[in-house]
Amino acid sequence: MTTAESLDALTVPAARASGCPFDPAPSVERARQTDPVIRATLWDGSSCWLVTRHQDVREVLGDPRFSADATRPGFPFLTQGLRELVGRNPTFIRMDDPDHARLRRMLTADFMVKKVEAMRPEVQRMADDLLDRMTDGRTSADLVSEFALPLPSLVICLLLGVPYEDHAFFQDRSRVLLSLRSTGDEVRTSMDELLEYLTRLAESKQGAPDDGIVSRLVARGELDFTEIAAMGRLLLIAGHETTANMTALSVLALLRNPDQLARLRDDSSLVKGAVEELLRYLTIIHNGVPRIATEDVTVGGRTIRAGEGVLCTVNTANRDEDVFPGGDSLDVGRDARRHVAFGFGVHQCLGQPLARVELQIAVETLLRRLPGLRLDIPFEDVPFRHDMGIYGVHALPVAW
Amino acid sequence: MRVHADQEKCCGAGSCVLSAPDVFDQREEDGIVIVLDAQPPAELHEAVREAAAICPAAAISVS
Repeated sequence: MTTAESLDALTVPAARASGCPFDPAPSVERARQTDPVIRATLWDGSSCWLVTRHQDVREVLGDPRFSADATRPGFPFLTQGLRELVGRNPTFIRMDDPDHARLRRMLTADFMVKKVEAMRPEVQRMADDLLDRMTDGRTSADLVSEFALPLPSLVICLLLGVPYEDHAFFQDRSRVLLSLRSTGDEVRTSMDELLEYLTRLAESKQGAPDDGIVSRLVARGELDFTEIAAMGRLLLIAGHETTANMTALSVLALLRNPDQLARLRDDSSLVKGAVEELLRYLTIIHNGVPRIATEDVTVGGRTIRAGEGVLCTVNTANRDEDVFPGGDSLDVGRDARRHVAFGFGVHQCLGQPLARVELQIAVETLLRRLPGLRLDIPFEDVPFRHDMGIYGVHALPVAW
Repeated sequence: MRVHADQEKCCGAGSCVLSAPDVFDQREEDGIVIVLDAQPPAELHEAVREAAAICPAAAISVS
């Protein structure tokens, strides 16, 4: 394949093959094998580089010459909404060091391993309560709305100090912000409503402090309410949408791989490794992690010029045969720890210890308590989230 | 084996603690890496090398 041909062929977001909803788009997978650092065309006609191999993705995301600052001209945007929001209440995931590090370090203690491990009993209790309710007198339910979504929502609400009874409000706004189909106006409105809600919440903590992150950021006195609201928005959305979709998609992938499901049921000591493998295999950040070059940098034999945008397709990196032999198969016994499902570099997911605990508990509890768990609709009818910035399923009807 | 962790580079992702909990921990106040055992016994060397390999900030070095 020549570069000119691939330029015409590759558009982002790229379509998956029908019948292969767990696999990256064939056009991007083909690029990884034949032309791994390649030009692609975005929805708005602009072009950027796709970096598709594991080693190259690690190099780009680990290199400070690639900036995460979305206000730099030429930064690649996956949707109109994202482009229109640039510069409005940015959070540290779209900043570079030292600003990024200064803000991130206000939160690292809250998500560190021992802190999150100490939450296991509480998360387990929440998972059990949700399953008690879901199975009470029934033999079928939508796993997304009754388990996969409420579990991480409850956890992040507890951590932040956000009242869970407001979940319909923030889940709806999150959905608009993550939809590839939302217009600029819809995104702006949802963003404003969410920020207004979180600003009011931050103000309310002044007179009535609690143990939550929002309250402690207020007490710390280094950020104003708008900045705290922006940070709260990031944590609230990242904290529930990602884990919710990984949970539901993991269950579906296991149901589609009954041999792997059986291994996991027979030996629960495999759960931790299986969660890493599911993160690798499913990689719900499916449209790439955006960066922009600030200098000319050679990656995989190609020169990326200063000012050119890059999308690191972590989902194809996680299928790279050089690192994960037989990577197109789900293998719960695989050592998948080198996956880049949480990204790489200093911006790598802050909440990954929490996501791991939630996923381990969700998968283990579901398999243990629902031995007859099965899909309740034909696989072809499962509504996959092709239209969302975070992949997964909109609903997952199951029976037991 | 000598293990070194650069606290300036560290981004607190915690993957080293998951890989080698006897060698790495995180500071209570900000989640930044601390080395518990700078000269770990041989049976931990593989886990330490894995921790260095997956550290997103390239903050861990082994000599």
